Amino acid sequence: MERTGEVLLLLVLMTDFAVLVTDRLSTCIRIMAAQGVLLGLLPFASGAAIGVHTVVLSLGTIAIKSIVLPRVLSWAIREAEVRRELEPSIGPIGMVVLGLVAVGVAFGVATRLPHAGATVLPGLVPVSLASLMMGFVVLTTRRKALSLVIGYLMLENGIYVFGLTLAGAIPLLVEMGVLLDVLVGVFIMGLVVFQIHRQLETQDSRRLTELRD
Amino acid sequence: MLLAAIVVLPVAGALGAWFDRDPGRRTVWLLGGALAHLSLVALAWRFGPGAPGFGWLAFDPLGGLVLTLVSVVFVAVACYAVGYLRREAPRGGHAFVSCMLAFLASASLVALTRHFGVLWVGMEATTLATAPLIYDPTDRRSLEAVWKYLMICSVGIALALLGTFFLATAQLAGSGGPTTLMLPDLIANAHGLHPAWLRAAFVFLLIGFGTKMGLAPMHTWLPDAHGEAPSPISALLSGALLNAAFLAVLRGFQVVHAAGLADFARPLLIGFGVLSLVVAAAFLLGQENYKRMLAYSSVEQMGLLAIGVGLSGVAAYGALLQMLGASLAKAMLFLAAGNILIGFGTKQTAEVTGLLKRLPVTGTLFVVGLFAITGSPPFAVFPGQVVMLTGAVHAGRLWIALVMVVLEATVFMAMGASMLGMVLGAANAAPRPSPEREDRWLIAPPLALMLLILLLGLYVPAGLHQALAAAAATLGGGAP
Repeated sequence: MERTGEVLLLLVLMTDFAVLVTDRLSTCIRIMAAQGVLLGLLPFASGAAIGVHTVVLSLGTIAIKSIVLPRVLSWAIREAEVRRELEPSIGPIGMVVLGLVAVGVAFGVATRLPHAGATVLPGLVPVSLASLMMGFVVLTTRRKALSLVIGYLMLENGIYVFGLTLAGAIPLLVEMGVLLDVLVGVFIMGLVVFQIHRQLETQDSRRLTELRD
Repeated sequence: MLLAAIVVLPVAGALGAWFDRDPGRRTVWLLGGALAHLSLVALAWRFGPGAPGFGWLAFDPLGGLVLTLVSVVFVAVACYAVGYLRREAPRGGHAFVSCMLAFLASASLVALTRHFGVLWVGMEATTLATAPLIYDPTDRRSLEAVWKYLMICSVGIALALLGTFFLATAQLAGSGGPTTLMLPDLIANAHGLHPAWLRAAFVFLLIGFGTKMGLAPMHTWLPDAHGEAPSPISALLSGALLNAAFLAVLRGFQVVHAAGLADFARPLLIGFGVLSLVVAAAFLLGQENYKRMLAYSSVEQMGLLAIGVGLSGVAAYGALLQMLGASLAKAMLFLAAGNILIGFGTKQTAEVTGLLKRLPVTGTLFVVGLFAITGSPPFAVFPGQVVMLTGAVHAGRLWIALVMVVLEATVFMAMGASMLGMVLGAANAAPRPSPEREDRWLIAPPLALMLLILLLGLYVPAGLHQALAAAAATLGGGAP
């Protein structure tokens, strides 16, 4: 079981790297959908007891993160007819280097953190921190409004992975509340992305600079 | 059940307004929901801490103060909205009233819950409920404001979720106490929490909820959102929402304080607070848009609150008193600003002159608001600021008292110069036909708020004093 968990975590990291080097937005959305499935499977492989809680959380995660959200985001880019990230400010090699730095820092920090909950998969904490930092890399280097939504999802997924170390300490109702908030949040973001495009004819969020002092 | 009703009732109102086909009746749902909420909150005070709640909901003085503030501001905004909706097409159209009531429900959940996970869910729900109220698909500036609001606050709040998970890890890795994330459990077993995880948790909670609260340097969304939102919504965001976020930070501080790590948290609070004061004062100087000016003044207020709690002692009591006064004054000012925007059709300070002649009541409210918000006697902000300054001096933090006085004076001069320029002078040619008389629905709510600020400034009732003292005691503070 632990081996399966390690493989899933490795795949999560690989999907993060894939987003970093991909400039086609529709591909980015598909990669995030795949990551949603991985996250949905993780609770079964994290070494915690499997119960109703695990099953509901897993189904909810897959339904929202790999079916509903990708559809919302695909709708936004299809209607707005945007396909790829404009001239990325950092090329794919630079992004991979940034990703590797994030992974290095994450593993460095995680080994120094006081250990908590010895029963769970040891890889959860470093992978969580790495996903979180790669989400921040996307948030700070990408220009298109939709890419920022994907960065936010990576960040949120990283935090979700950390939540798995708590194995049942968080009540199911609260976890479903968190999922619902993310769902509604990304839904509204998708709507705004669509409108930004219609208003500005380009989705470059850096053109949103009218409000300043 | 009473506490559950306080959260569920606005949800029912939101649904009722959503399914009501008659747009005119939606304001009835809004007013009914607001007044019923306020009566339930008053009933909760009668029961006190023994108010019938269950599991995740409980009533304590700190949450009760924020809840009451939210409810009072909401009633004023709901009355104002009746007049406002007659003049302006609401953003969010059909959903306007429902989103307002959904905000009331989520803010009440934040104020009443004692589970950190539920607190997070409620806090994020306030962002989602208010975003459609700012969103206007035909206006580029509003799109930019709502985009920044959603992105910055969502990322910030995501960090607060990580902080919440760290808090659970502190329970799990520490000794004693179940991993429940319940505030009473965390406080009772505070010394058993793992100190390193607890410190990390507080840092992330402070940055995360501090983003929502508008602390510099995470405040960048605030002037845009509060400046671009319709005025009643600005009043709601400044007068109610920021305090709910402040409460979330305080919940984290309560745990850290109980664990004996307050000395780690205080410098952080003071640092963010002082930075917010500096940033707000800098952007208030030469601010050309009066709604953005009020928004930066909110950043300054939040900075003062963080400093007050960071100083602890009597300053914590002062900060809570200041929270009440400043929020009511800010809500009143934003409602008055709404009247100015309706009358003059511009947000530019320079284009508004002769306010006292054109809109006498609104002009008076604006002047009174200027003195109230900058802490002049006899209004409610004044005693709070005096108590905070006394607290700073007593704590031997003279430099903080000095920084506060200098920056407050700068803020007063900056706001005074532009607001008096708007109020005085000859009435210029109306760029937009203004109504003959000022609408009662648009004047009565800010007037009522002004009376409340005046009363609170002259006299703090014994019951309120006790509640403030009890709330401050949970933050390591005491009554003056």
